[in-house]
Amino acid sequence: MEICRREDKLEISELDPFLAELLRQIPASANPEGTPTAEQRLFSPPAGPREREICAEWKLYVQPELRRLFRTATETVAADLEQLSGNEKTFANRTLRIPAKHADAWLSALNQARLVIAAKYNFTDGELCDHYRSPIGSRRDLSLFQVNFYGFLQEFILREVIDCPGKNSD
Amino acid sequence: MLAAASAGRDPATLFELEAAYVSISSMSWQPRRGSAEVAQSERSEGAISISNQNANPATVEAPVIEQEARSEEDLDLPWQVVVHNDPVNLMSYVTMVFQRVFGYPREKAERHMLEVHHKGRSILWSGMRERAELYVQQLHGYLLLATLEKIG
Repeated sequence: MEICRREDKLEISELDPFLAELLRQIPASANPEGTPTAEQRLFSPPAGPREREICAEWKLYVQPELRRLFRTATETVAADLEQLSGNEKTFANRTLRIPAKHADAWLSALNQARLVIAAKYNFTDGELCDHYRSPIGSRRDLSLFQVNFYGFLQEFILREVIDCPGKNSD
Repeated sequence: MLAAASAGRDPATLFELEAAYVSISSMSWQPRRGSAEVAQSERSEGAISISNQNANPATVEAPVIEQEARSEEDLDLPWQVVVHNDPVNLMSYVTMVFQRVFGYPREKAERHMLEVHHKGRSILWSGMRERAELYVQQLHGYLLLATLEKIG
């Protein structure tokens, strides 16, 4: 896999089918439905339990807005990921081009997915720092790999698009 | 269900087969240092003034005291915006969020990020409740664990 900035796009090329599938899984992975711990993490309370009024108002007025915000981001990412669908050969390497103006949506969707997966599996700090664990061992290892792969993409987007908005490729 | 769903295969098998393709050894996870800075913006609290425009000395009635949802004490007391540690959010991402939300320069944003990382929490801002609520809402929009707390 290669990832680079080309003018106003991020280009992820030489994507093998495994990593392409991990990318395709971002919108679905970001969905906390059916996992209360993930739902709690994405929509955490704004204050301590003694501040009942604040928490009640928050649930009523702010949470729907946050849901809309998160959904908009995952929809943008899902639309970009359409590039990876189609009738190409299953094992052909793919290229994904992400418009720089979608960087914030990608950061959000990747973060949602990482938080939801981490909440589902209750990863420890030690596991989250283990960037070299093979994804083959178990479903848990695969999910940990997914979290770290998404984190790697976040780092790249932060460095190439957010920190250097006007940067062009060589 | 991962890749295999579309191909009609058992996902575990597919991942075992395709994991051989994986190579991300060049991934870097060190917190970065950069030169970009966001200028700290001036932020001021909105002033609150209270006046009784309908007062007429000839027809003054006994005042009716209603309990408001937010007491004066609530509005007057300073509140603080606290960000709590979260092992999933990237350090560089948290730094960027602090820069964006509070307009802090990178160095200050990094100091707060490191405080969150090492001490478990950091007070990012303190002031009037409404502004604090707005900041917490923005931080939640970036998926950070943030709360507002009454000071004292």
